[in-house]
Amino acid sequence: MAPTHSALSRRAPKPGFSKPIVVDPAALPEAMVRPPYPFSAIVGQDGMRRALLVAAVDPAVGGVLVFGDRGTGKSTAVRALAALLPPMRAVAGCPYACDPVDAAAFCPACAARRGQGLTVKTVPVPVVDLPLGATEDRVVGALDIGRALGAGEKAFEPGLLARANRGFLYIDEVNLLEDHLVDLLLDVAASGVNAVEREGLSLRHPARFVLVGSGNPEEGELRPQLLDRFGLAVTVTTPADLASRVTIVRRRDAYERDPAGFAAEWAGEEARLGGQILAARAHLAEVEVPDAVLEAAARLCLALGTDGLRGELTLMRTARAVASLDGAGTVTLDHLREVAPSALSHRLRRNPLDEAGSEARIARALADILG
Amino acid sequence: MSDATVRGAALSDATWENACLAAALVALDPAGTGVVLRARPGPVREAWLDRLRALLPEGTPVTRLPAAIADDALLGGLDLPATLATGRPVAQPGLLARSHGGVVLVPMAERLAPGTAARIAQGLDTHSVEVARDGIATRHPARFGLVLLDEGEGEDEAVPACLADRAALHLDLDGVSVGALAAAPPVPGLAAARSARPEGPPEAAEMLCAVAARLGIASLRAPLLALRAARLHAALAGRARVDDSDLAAAAGLVLAPRARLWPSEEAGAASEPPPPDRDQVGGADRDNDDPNGESRSLDDRVLAAVAARLPPGLLARLLAGHGPRTRSPGAGRAGAAASARRGRPVGTRPGDPRRGRLALSETLRAAAPWQRLRRGDDEARLRITAQDLRIRRLVQKRETTTIFAVDASGSAALERLAEAKGAVESLLAECYIRRDRVALVAFRGRGADLLLVPTRSLVRAKRALASLPGGGGTPLAAGIEAAGRLAAAERRAGRSATVLLLTDGRANIARSGAPGRAQAGADALSAARVLAAEGTSALVIDTAAHPQESARALAAAMAARYLPMPQADAARLTQAVREAALPG
Repeated sequence: MAPTHSALSRRAPKPGFSKPIVVDPAALPEAMVRPPYPFSAIVGQDGMRRALLVAAVDPAVGGVLVFGDRGTGKSTAVRALAALLPPMRAVAGCPYACDPVDAAAFCPACAARRGQGLTVKTVPVPVVDLPLGATEDRVVGALDIGRALGAGEKAFEPGLLARANRGFLYIDEVNLLEDHLVDLLLDVAASGVNAVEREGLSLRHPARFVLVGSGNPEEGELRPQLLDRFGLAVTVTTPADLASRVTIVRRRDAYERDPAGFAAEWAGEEARLGGQILAARAHLAEVEVPDAVLEAAARLCLALGTDGLRGELTLMRTARAVASLDGAGTVTLDHLREVAPSALSHRLRRNPLDEAGSEARIARALADILG
Repeated sequence: MSDATVRGAALSDATWENACLAAALVALDPAGTGVVLRARPGPVREAWLDRLRALLPEGTPVTRLPAAIADDALLGGLDLPATLATGRPVAQPGLLARSHGGVVLVPMAERLAPGTAARIAQGLDTHSVEVARDGIATRHPARFGLVLLDEGEGEDEAVPACLADRAALHLDLDGVSVGALAAAPPVPGLAAARSARPEGPPEAAEMLCAVAARLGIASLRAPLLALRAARLHAALAGRARVDDSDLAAAAGLVLAPRARLWPSEEAGAASEPPPPDRDQVGGADRDNDDPNGESRSLDDRVLAAVAARLPPGLLARLLAGHGPRTRSPGAGRAGAAASARRGRPVGTRPGDPRRGRLALSETLRAAAPWQRLRRGDDEARLRITAQDLRIRRLVQKRETTTIFAVDASGSAALERLAEAKGAVESLLAECYIRRDRVALVAFRGRGADLLLVPTRSLVRAKRALASLPGGGGTPLAAGIEAAGRLAAAERRAGRSATVLLLTDGRANIARSGAPGRAQAGADALSAARVLAAEGTSALVIDTAAHPQESARALAAAMAARYLPMPQADAARLTQAVREAALPG
């Protein structure tokens, strides 16, 4: 078979660079990268897809952790999300893509220029794929090395956290990331602010993003304190039924052979899903949560012994986002039942002597409380 | 004797022919295939690599990955001399970006650090390398083929599963003799095949998925890679459409080596030709002193019979991460734990030298670009700040303990027990070579006994095994629990533990010590689930004359690999794949 990416190799520079490349971050060769696999073409994995859509509708649910076997399309799904999200309005030229209507969350530069009127442009929602091997200076941001060298001046060069503001930050193989980086990311994700104190710089900038982590349990387990920092946790397994497996292999094969053609084929479906996200966001505030549902959620968390209020809050937010995605005006117990495993399973204390997995414990509690 | 030699030679020729075919497929589409090449360094491996080089288009970069490569060399980073000379940051592409359009050769792939493997896997998935290091933010295209050279001699490191899963072809050249090289098919011209794009029959995906399922292959990449291999195979033969022979060849090359189940379930003890190099372990073992003269002859015969039926290197493969679950507790790096002061260096990280060992040159490198900015009046002085300080990252190898839990009950009839002992002995020898500790738990009658505390002494292990009496009930739950307790204790001592359970799965003594098949079976399953929940990796060897559903269920509950002992060998497996691949 001929290499399937002939268009790609034509554009690419010749192998074996003879000269070093001078960095120009503005000219990242995005075009050399093939279009991502369409989100709507993912077969099965409803739990994972639902969790990612929920995070897109309501970032306040606080991040998604996708744990599962190899080759189950974890990374594919997250990378596909980028193409699915409808574009957003941002202050032109702002490295943090500040929201022009949310003055409270402005970065210092936008806040200072506010009186003079800000120009606005439409930009894609950032989905930043944290490259493995990224160093702390590029994650947090650091002195602009070019200006430090050339002019001997101190200027801040925003890092990946700045780029992820108002979007998603994806960490593949989260269990392989250095501990100090994981701590830093969780801290920023929780506070929404990146505080930089290094190389004589001292500044703060907004960094509100949805943290999405994926990992493989075979590579080692996550620290428990890291687990419950994610709002939702879903486990993906390879589909066992032959029909889905065949569909997956067929679609994946079609994509590998012609990424652009495949993406075009699914463009309609992608647009529909994107519209659904927009509608769900617009109606999110109007979705009612009856007292009976609130009470059921509280009793569920009590019965399962989840620590703190975080579980309960996430449970409610997720149920509301799911209801909104379904176009429902009210959260029902069915919504609660649907979201409970992903919102709570990673918050249970582990008991190795309890043979049932956490999902089974939740199912039991659900049956007891919701009937 | 001579018969076996002839068969060995024929097998060697067939393996080499297969390997040559694989080389051609890789050369057609390196980035779309990839190889795990299991072979010791030597003329056979070199011949294969030479062949691959000859088949690749002229000028294709073939880059060798240096051992323990640092991130800046792998992914790219700041070109320090050029940066300082020009006064502008100059990025230097890493090895992966330089290999764009070519092949990356990974020697000693079994020693690849998990982090490095994950970076390479990310490159394979995205066809690019994103660099976010040392003040650099850029992306390079990187579409490359991977040749992983697995030189593992039963070390507890194997080719990282994330890369092995993405490599289409898994070859084992250890059985190939130098004589077979002469019989190699001529190097074909690939120019025509390179531009061909054969179409597959629509049912190909379905068929390959079905075959993969029968072989117990969970990963969906396997049928996908097999489909790709089938197309390449058709292109190689100059066919415009993929036909049955292409699919059969692809299934044999891509799916067979990944099999976790043996599709043929006949329990018959048909005489199978032993593959050529299988007996090395057993042979070395038999020559050792054995203080137990009386049991020797029987064990000896049984050992030979069983060794022929266990896949070679089975234990090593299981321990090294090819089992369904080898979760290692702690740092999340199989067989290795991060350590502040001891171990082998695996790069550097920013940090306080009071909590590690200072890496001087890395610190100086980190400080260099900022000198102009930091320098005040004092031109001669080097200014280093806390942020520049780099300390070494070290990892320590984790020791492994293999816990044999042996069913010595009456249901495991005396003869089978002798065979089980034979199997354990040959596995013990493997452990000995790996310098693992072994422990022995036996269960019979009303409970389980720890016959051998974890030890490195092969002689002690053999003695304990030889004096193992048989007969009585099967307290399977007690046996599993005893092994689990021992595994937990080993983990607390900082070693990783694997349980090897030899049983026919027919429990009849409950946890309480009372007889009763139903309760005993339920207790055994619950003990198995606890073992899995604790993350203990395990292997269940079914010692029954006919494979038992109960033993298979036990293995599933334990998240363990299941292996019936009346075993078909590799040749028969390949045969089964062929049959499954040719419908009608």
